[in-house]
Amino acid sequence: MQRMTVVIPPVFRAINVLNLSTFKILVVSALWSGLWTGLLLTALQSIQVIPVLIQAEAYEKQATVTVITAHTHDDSKETKIHDHHEAVEWQPGNGWERTVYTAVTNISLAVGFALLLGATINLRGPVSHWRNGLLWGLAGYTVFFVAPSLGLPPEVPGTEAANLHGRQLWWLMTVLMTTVGLWLLFFSKTRLNKLLGFLLLVSPHWIGAPQPDVHSSAAPAELAHLFIAATAFANAAFWLVLGSLMAFFSSKHQVSKK
Amino acid sequence: MSLVPLLTANVDTPSLSNALKDSILPSLLAGILGLALLYGAGFSETIQFHNAAHDGRHSASFPCH
Repeated sequence: MQRMTVVIPPVFRAINVLNLSTFKILVVSALWSGLWTGLLLTALQSIQVIPVLIQAEAYEKQATVTVITAHTHDDSKETKIHDHHEAVEWQPGNGWERTVYTAVTNISLAVGFALLLGATINLRGPVSHWRNGLLWGLAGYTVFFVAPSLGLPPEVPGTEAANLHGRQLWWLMTVLMTTVGLWLLFFSKTRLNKLLGFLLLVSPHWIGAPQPDVHSSAAPAELAHLFIAATAFANAAFWLVLGSLMAFFSSKHQVSKK
Repeated sequence: MSLVPLLTANVDTPSLSNALKDSILPSLLAGILGLALLYGAGFSETIQFHNAAHDGRHSASFPCH
């Protein structure tokens, strides 16, 4: 019998290079975990975070009105421009509309975080029990909430802050350095690498986050403190649940593989 | 005779280790997808995106405004 030669197009070779089933499991786990954790976060927020935010917004609006009235005395044109901007910019109306958009945001963020967490767990090797996910969740909380918040605490609307791009850059740098730092500190074997990990953890705070020239806020300080406490709690719950769920899916997959 | 063994036998991927195939590439792809989602929900400066995601961004402690 004559042997048949089949030429495989490069596209199909590329597919064979990647373990698609692992990728699919990662995506499906992240979608489920993100959906439920995002909804849980929305419920938690609407109890203790959003009320503080809305209170702060009232102070912010009051401050804006004062500025506009002050401007009308000097220059009526400027007020018109400001009003025009307010009319053009769309924003969700208070009540259910605002909650729905926040829920969509939370679910998108949760799925995004879950994909990153799942990717990291997969790199390290599968976990055997959902309880191990609590530690992974704690790591996510440290990387994405605690470390950036040490330099740039969660702020209520109406707080004076430094240039946005500077703050975003510091945030990104802190997240990256904390990720690599924690990885080296916990997973590397040599002392030198552990020391390097420790240095990576502390250096963003040694450099310091960009600060505004003058610290000021429309809302009273107690409200700002209340907001930090409320978000610290909501995000902790969010990360612990997200970590456990991702680990649960990872361990379930391990069982089905055996 | 089935074509499948022939098909797989002809795919030439000996240079790629299993670690790359099973762990690194799926993680990399999932990570990129995650970053894209985080960028859209957390950092995109399109005004409609910002206003819709405003409360979520403040709560997650992302630099906002």
